Amino acid sequence: MAQIEIRNLRKSFKDAAVLRGVSLNVDKGEIVALFGPSGTGKTVLLRLLAGIYAPDAGTIGLRGRDASGSPPEKRGIGMAFQNFALFPHMTARDNIASALTARKADAAEIGRKVDAVARLLKIGHVLDHSPRELSNGQKQRTALARALVADPDILLLDDPLRNVDAKLRYEMRLELPALLKRAGSTVLYVTQDFKEAMALGDRIAVLLDGEIAQCDTPARIYAEPASIGVARLFGDPTLNLVEVEPRLVDGVPEVRVGGAAIRLPASYAAAAGGNYMLGLRPESLHLVDGQAPGTIAVDLVAVTPLNEKSVLLFTMEGGNELLASEAGDRDVPRRTGPSRLAVDLDALLLFDRNSGRRFIPADNMGARP
Amino acid sequence: MDRISSLERVLRGLLLTLIVIFFLFPIFWILLMSFQTNEQILRIPPSLTFVPTLDNYKALISGHLVTSAGTLDIAFMRNLGNSVLLSTCAVVLALILGVPAAYAFARFKFWLSEDIAFTLLSFRFAPPLLVLLPLSLYFQDLGLVDTYVGLIWVYQLIALPLILWIVRGYFEDISPDIENAYRIAGHSWARTFFKIAVPLAGPGIAAAGLLSFIFCWNNFVFALILASADKQPVTVGALAFVTASGIQYGQVAAAIVLSVTPTLLLALYAQRWLVAGLSLGAVKG
Repeated sequence: MAQIEIRNLRKSFKDAAVLRGVSLNVDKGEIVALFGPSGTGKTVLLRLLAGIYAPDAGTIGLRGRDASGSPPEKRGIGMAFQNFALFPHMTARDNIASALTARKADAAEIGRKVDAVARLLKIGHVLDHSPRELSNGQKQRTALARALVADPDILLLDDPLRNVDAKLRYEMRLELPALLKRAGSTVLYVTQDFKEAMALGDRIAVLLDGEIAQCDTPARIYAEPASIGVARLFGDPTLNLVEVEPRLVDGVPEVRVGGAAIRLPASYAAAAGGNYMLGLRPESLHLVDGQAPGTIAVDLVAVTPLNEKSVLLFTMEGGNELLASEAGDRDVPRRTGPSRLAVDLDALLLFDRNSGRRFIPADNMGARP
Repeated sequence: MDRISSLERVLRGLLLTLIVIFFLFPIFWILLMSFQTNEQILRIPPSLTFVPTLDNYKALISGHLVTSAGTLDIAFMRNLGNSVLLSTCAVVLALILGVPAAYAFARFKFWLSEDIAFTLLSFRFAPPLLVLLPLSLYFQDLGLVDTYVGLIWVYQLIALPLILWIVRGYFEDISPDIENAYRIAGHSWARTFFKIAVPLAGPGIAAAGLLSFIFCWNNFVFALILASADKQPVTVGALAFVTASGIQYGQVAAAIVLSVTPTLLLALYAQRWLVAGLSLGAVKG
């Protein structure tokens, strides 16, 4: 039985439908990153789970029981808010302890638990400060401590790293997975940062336009996105999209990109004759010497070295732009001008131009890791 | 630079002094009057030098007003007590009713909520005299004329809208997530109201309470019509100084000083709440 079981959840505000039938299961002890651009209803979904909002339709099951009608205080979950939502008139200690006082724990036990979680999150020295006196990072840790202190078996984290500076966000991204695994809770983690989602989630649920567009492991979401929309959300720089019309040439499917004929694997034969978008990950394009067939003639326009990689901007025949990234920044040419690009066919993505759904090749339906 | 700014400072000080004198002079003059006899007050030309007398205060506190036409009993101290009782009870009742109502209007959008809130505010628009005639007829039927309960009830017209609208602005300023966080931590709705919402709106509640206390204290016309001598507050009681032998300016002044003192002390004590409260509540309202 799933620990969190969301069935066909709908929610509108005034006339705007925010969630249009969301279904999602989260297993016990699993961390699911709820990811999507802003305004797609991630926070609303979390609030429905917490009982802050009531759904228009659909059911919410918690620990195998229907929780749709129960108030927030009866759901037994921990939650950290994006804006921290600390109680400004209480010290950090009382803020954290508030999750325990409701459970009628005795003072000694409350003190022990608060100290333990504060030590874990490195805020032991500021426990007697009021929220006003805390730095943003300390506020964020206090909010997290408040969510964790009662050892809730279900934890909802609403973009807790959104309002902290880049350095701290990086640190917390490293610390959080261990912290969450250690708590052993079932976690639903909202984020708008695909790197955060990939670093933290056992699975990623991609919320797009009020629906779960795809829910899968980070690796599979990257390699086999369900649609153009999902594919564009992952990757930095983002995926290149080129309009193509695959044709069969001598029985082999072929697309033309920037004047070059690129032969696709035979499993793409069924795509022939349709209108598609070819999705090329920047890291699947490589600079090559010579004029080998199947390479694209391009003009290198700009090189952006970023230490661990370099981002190259090309234009190809017809004026379309292509982005490629190469690991490292040493072997990359600094000189702009005409060059040729080879395409790594393993990372190839093909999307239906009308529906946006990914074309699934015949031989490896879901077989790739 | 230095000279300009010091000149500026002098000018500013001068201007402020003028304004203070302009606004405080009447109060200062009344204070002086309260220590003079009627003859000293009415002499022409007026003079700032006189031998202070405490007769006015003695007369007020003992309740015996000595005029050229004879001795008159006045109930000033009783009026003062009535003012304290009526204003305090009215404000306490308005807080008990108004703060939860303000919370409801701030947090929940229910059917007709805006209309109800506005109707309550509109009680402040109507001239009191307009409602007094029907009100006094109803009160006669209900047996509420000349009772403390009746007066405290009518005072809600003054205190309740004020508290409702000021405190509502404060509740709206509190992020609902702070309350949500407390409930998710396992606390009931009622506990969240008393432990989170009320303390956070505390300055606003204090300011609204003080302001409505002052308005209740200053009310004249409700008590004039609806109460008889032994239930009347100082504002109405002061009419007793208009006697057959003329107006007793000295006693009037002493009565004003005595009746202003409680609210003045209260306002001074809570000044920073009052100012911060008014500006904060108003901006968001």
